[in-house]
Amino acid sequence: MTTMTDAVTTQMYRVYIKATPEAVWTAITDPEWTQKYGYGGRGEYDLRPGGAYVGYTSPQMREHGAPDIAIDGEVIESDPPHKLVQTWRMLMDEDMAAEGFTRLTYEIVEISGATRLTITHELEGAPQLAELLSGGWEDRGAGGGWAWVLSSLKTLLETGEGFTH
Amino acid sequence: MTDDDLVFKALADPTRRFLLDRLFVRDGRTLTELESELEMTRFGVMKHLRVLEDAGLVVCRRSGREKLHFLNPVPIRLIHDRWIDKYTERQVSALADLKNELEKTG
Repeated sequence: MTTMTDAVTTQMYRVYIKATPEAVWTAITDPEWTQKYGYGGRGEYDLRPGGAYVGYTSPQMREHGAPDIAIDGEVIESDPPHKLVQTWRMLMDEDMAAEGFTRLTYEIVEISGATRLTITHELEGAPQLAELLSGGWEDRGAGGGWAWVLSSLKTLLETGEGFTH
Repeated sequence: MTDDDLVFKALADPTRRFLLDRLFVRDGRTLTELESELEMTRFGVMKHLRVLEDAGLVVCRRSGREKLHFLNPVPIRLIHDRWIDKYTERQVSALADLKNELEKTG
């Protein structure tokens, strides 16, 4: 049941990508692919309910003194290549880590030869993480959040080139 | 019309920019809420929201009987990344720099 509070704290992002749903699914769930776009870290999933998710920092972040793990969470639902629901907690900043687990849903739908990817991130009780994910920290070098990640994912799948970090 | 054309067309209207501004302040609003802030018929607001949806700038989600409208910044980001970042290439060292920054000021 979604309440008014959920609506206010939930963020939605959508992008159309000229690629198959399978390719988009792989780009999200395969660590060899996750390191090619966005924040550039390996993302490892145990794709079954209760399975672990670990988002590692990129080698470049570690050069700057970052810890090994950026994000942790747990798979709630995995329906390849259509839907992935998981918990998601940012560990790179103490205050954001203290905000606890949030709920993230990826939905992948094929629409007239393209693939529509929708991200719904439920961020109740996580205002600092919400600001980071909406790109509010970009000018401090923290990346542009989900919009930036999806933009680079689209570029990677359509042109074969990821972003250079 | 290309995707970019749809975005620029959608943005070329003060009412639609107003709607996006309202969603930026508070996301996940119903038509009734959005309508209450405009001197316009419900049908008129629906038409504007439809243009924003077609351009991908607004994404809707059903919640019970309600249809909630969310601001989707990705289309603007795509234009930004293609047209602006090209000229201002710079290093984004992501969260590591954020952490350093926080440790410096904290």
